[in-house]
Amino acid sequence: MHELPITENILEITLRHAKQAGARQVTKIYLVIGSLSSIIDDSIQFYWDIVAKGTVAECAQLDFRRVPSEFLCLDCDNRFHPGSEDFLCPKCGSQRIKITAGQEFYLEAIDIDT
Amino acid sequence: MTHNPEQDPKRIRVIENIMNANDRLSEANRADLDRAKVFSINLMASPGAGKTSIIEQTVHAMVNKFRLAVIDGDIATSLDADRAMAAGATAIQINTGGQCHLDAAMLQSALRQLELDTIDLLIVENVGNLVCPASFKLGTHKAVLIASIPEGDDKPYKYPSMYQGVDALVINKIDLLPYIHFDMANFQRGVEILNPGLTTFPLSCRTGEGVSAWLTWITQQVEAFYQSVSRH
Repeated sequence: MHELPITENILEITLRHAKQAGARQVTKIYLVIGSLSSIIDDSIQFYWDIVAKGTVAECAQLDFRRVPSEFLCLDCDNRFHPGSEDFLCPKCGSQRIKITAGQEFYLEAIDIDT
Repeated sequence: MTHNPEQDPKRIRVIENIMNANDRLSEANRADLDRAKVFSINLMASPGAGKTSIIEQTVHAMVNKFRLAVIDGDIATSLDADRAMAAGATAIQINTGGQCHLDAAMLQSALRQLELDTIDLLIVENVGNLVCPASFKLGTHKAVLIASIPEGDDKPYKYPSMYQGVDALVINKIDLLPYIHFDMANFQRGVEILNPGLTTFPLSCRTGEGVSAWLTWITQQVEAFYQSVSRH
């Protein structure tokens, strides 16, 4: 349900940059979303169709790039994608882990027609 | 077409955090709280973990030491704010009207209803939910998560962003440990990976076990805050 305010944020950022660039139309929006951030693509698309109506970004296609979560084992330097049941290093069983990817949540770029 | 925003001349590089607008407002809230010397906590948990019970206990124990206010986020009803007020705090209810979390704008308008200069400690009770509140910073000084034994030991693995973003963790309802299968070692392993060294308070609001350590921590936090703001 938090996708509605998030979609409004995406629209605000998009329209601000589109205006700066003198865009007639925004055709595509590139979003980068780490898999540790709890955001549902379909919900954003659903709300987008409502909130973007009547703006220059109305017909923009949303491109979701999902970044898989990646952990680094601080004991054996193994990089791995954690399971959902357990976060331990699959190689050495260590629990000294650093999260190296999966928390991204930003708007990377927009395509425009001028 | 593949995802490569660099190639097209009509492509505009943005690289902007999607939560920017909320984050900026949260910084403004923090500045207001600092200026008025109000130490503030954002209390998050799933429904039924014991947020309101912990607030009641905290208010009861602190009401003679600090001037307290509680801002209560709820989808509907003012039951929780009523309980906080009965315990001796100034209480304000935010009905989110269906929204599953508080955001910085909602906190800002609630702060305007309080006389901040007359408050030492503000507790914000977020909407019961382990997903959405993690994405929306409010501007409070500390974020605290309340877990509880009946929820199960798998929650850090299922809601990692919630466990990552907090400054302290309360584990409530430890009096139920003999009756419920809860693998404390597995729970704490997950917490340790997501948030190494996290300050943790196992306690029971019902029996009172462990509550004093939590109250001591809050008192220390408030006092440390006063030392830091009085130096500026």
